[in-house]
Amino acid sequence: MPTTATYPEPVLRPIEVTTSKEGADEFAARTDDVKLSTDRVSILYGEKIAVRDVSLTIQERSIMALIGPSGSGKSTLLRCFNRMNDLIPGASVRGAVTLDGENVMETDVSVVELRRRVGMVFQRPNPFPMSIFENVAYGPRRRGQNDRRKLDELVETSLRRAALWDEVKDDLRRKSGLALSGGQQQRLCIARVLATDPEVILMDEPASALDPVSTLRIEELLRELREAYTIVIVTHNMQQAARVSDVTAFFTMAEDRAGYLVEVGPTGRIFTRPNERLTEDYISGRFG
Amino acid sequence: MTATSGSFGRPMAPKPSLRRKSSRGSILADRAATVVLWGTGVLVLLILGSIILHFALAAWGVVSPSFILSDPSETTLGGILPVLWNSIYMLVLTMLIAVPVGVLGGIYMSEYASENAVTSAIRFAEEAISSVPSIVVGLFGLILFVDDAHWGFTALAGALALTFFNLPLMTRLSEQALRAVPQEERSASLALGATKWQTIRHVVVPLAIPGLITGVILTAGRVFGEAAVLLFTSGIGTPPHYNFTNFDLLNPASPWSPFRPATTLSVYIYKLNSEGLGAFKNQIVDGSAAVLISMVLLFNLGARGIGRILTRRLTAS
Repeated sequence: MPTTATYPEPVLRPIEVTTSKEGADEFAARTDDVKLSTDRVSILYGEKIAVRDVSLTIQERSIMALIGPSGSGKSTLLRCFNRMNDLIPGASVRGAVTLDGENVMETDVSVVELRRRVGMVFQRPNPFPMSIFENVAYGPRRRGQNDRRKLDELVETSLRRAALWDEVKDDLRRKSGLALSGGQQQRLCIARVLATDPEVILMDEPASALDPVSTLRIEELLRELREAYTIVIVTHNMQQAARVSDVTAFFTMAEDRAGYLVEVGPTGRIFTRPNERLTEDYISGRFG
Repeated sequence: MTATSGSFGRPMAPKPSLRRKSSRGSILADRAATVVLWGTGVLVLLILGSIILHFALAAWGVVSPSFILSDPSETTLGGILPVLWNSIYMLVLTMLIAVPVGVLGGIYMSEYASENAVTSAIRFAEEAISSVPSIVVGLFGLILFVDDAHWGFTALAGALALTFFNLPLMTRLSEQALRAVPQEERSASLALGATKWQTIRHVVVPLAIPGLITGVILTAGRVFGEAAVLLFTSGIGTPPHYNFTNFDLLNPASPWSPFRPATTLSVYIYKLNSEGLGAFKNQIVDGSAAVLISMVLLFNLGARGIGRILTRRLTAS
């Protein structure tokens, strides 16, 4: 099972493609728990290659952070897991992306079903211009859940899990989701995803638009959610990756501007003893 | 202290003066632009104001409850009840046809159609039909519905002709209103596992309501005001006394039936002004015009109010 990238041409400088021993051992011990994986995934926008040949595995109930400079394809890769790339005209994905061993790229996969199991939180908090209640109830309602009592229960549980309940419980139905602060809006978006009962949560720089206090709250929340969900988070904030994730994957850009995976391993090791010079340069701030 | 010496007596570069240094030309152009743009705004308001004022003054003493609520008369001032009724009737009938088709067309163009030969043909048709003179649309309605289909002058023929006339605008405005909904809202809904139609129905359309209402108002304004399309389709005769208790939709004598001639307020104004002979002709025309303007204003305000309520109900915000 590949834990580091293979890529066709050497770029920037020759890099030996090595497998992290520590990482490999750790992964080998937990292969039955693989929740998500990509196998030689390349993503193209028209003719232009955006991501090249990424193979990754993500353990169940863990947090994987995707880090790397802008343009290295982290967000693009993230959007493969719930096939949001389908919405981008001209985007095409090669290789296999699996959820519980099933290839989600197959044509007969229902993206609606996939997205219910793989939720997503976006970079900019984007609650609907509806009441807080309706925001959280949106997913369940679309699945045909109209029982008032069950919705009430679901909304409360989801908001509690997203650590927002106490702040909003008094005006669930009166207050618009847009009337909340940025940090609250993002927790509302997380609650909205939790209400659809997903197995995986994808987060695309979920705290980059938030102040430090709100960011910390989101990070605490992530650590709690890890107990029940598999989380993949794209972040530009390396302290954040170091604080919250179990495994970190570092991406960078090749000379043809295609993103590729440099190395992946337990977060502690990546931040202290990376195998690759590129990773070390990036995390120590010399590059990117 | 001069600007050329700073503290410790060291020479300093002269500080730039705050006084205007721009060339006379640019100052003049700036002032001219302000005056011209301001003047244009005032002119628009003046024109609108003078139209309203003119008809308000002219209609003073003419418009009264009895003017609105009685039948036309050859010998006395009479009233405009039947033609006013017809204007409202035609508005509702046309909107019943044009709004669903226009909005669904807009949804198709905004959410489903990809840029290809078919969509560019639709866009071309939208623009082409929009620029056809309304009298030609009326003539087309005359040939198609009144003559070929043997309907005669009927409200339905008028409403269908008005739909031809209005559909391109309605579709285009709906498309624009829907496109103005941020892509993020669609992504958020789709990422929650909603289907495309659920996303359109529960997120995109509710958020587009204000824009859609603008489309309805603009289209409706044309229904109220349009005379040329209706001359040849819904007829120009002075309507008979209407018995509003006759609800038989198939009976041409019923004012509720679409299968009867329906002279509207604008057509009536045109008719009286060009061929009217009665002693009170001018008063009736002025009064009718004042009522027409008030109806358009009322409709605009009403539609916006309804739009606000709809947005609130559909988005609960």
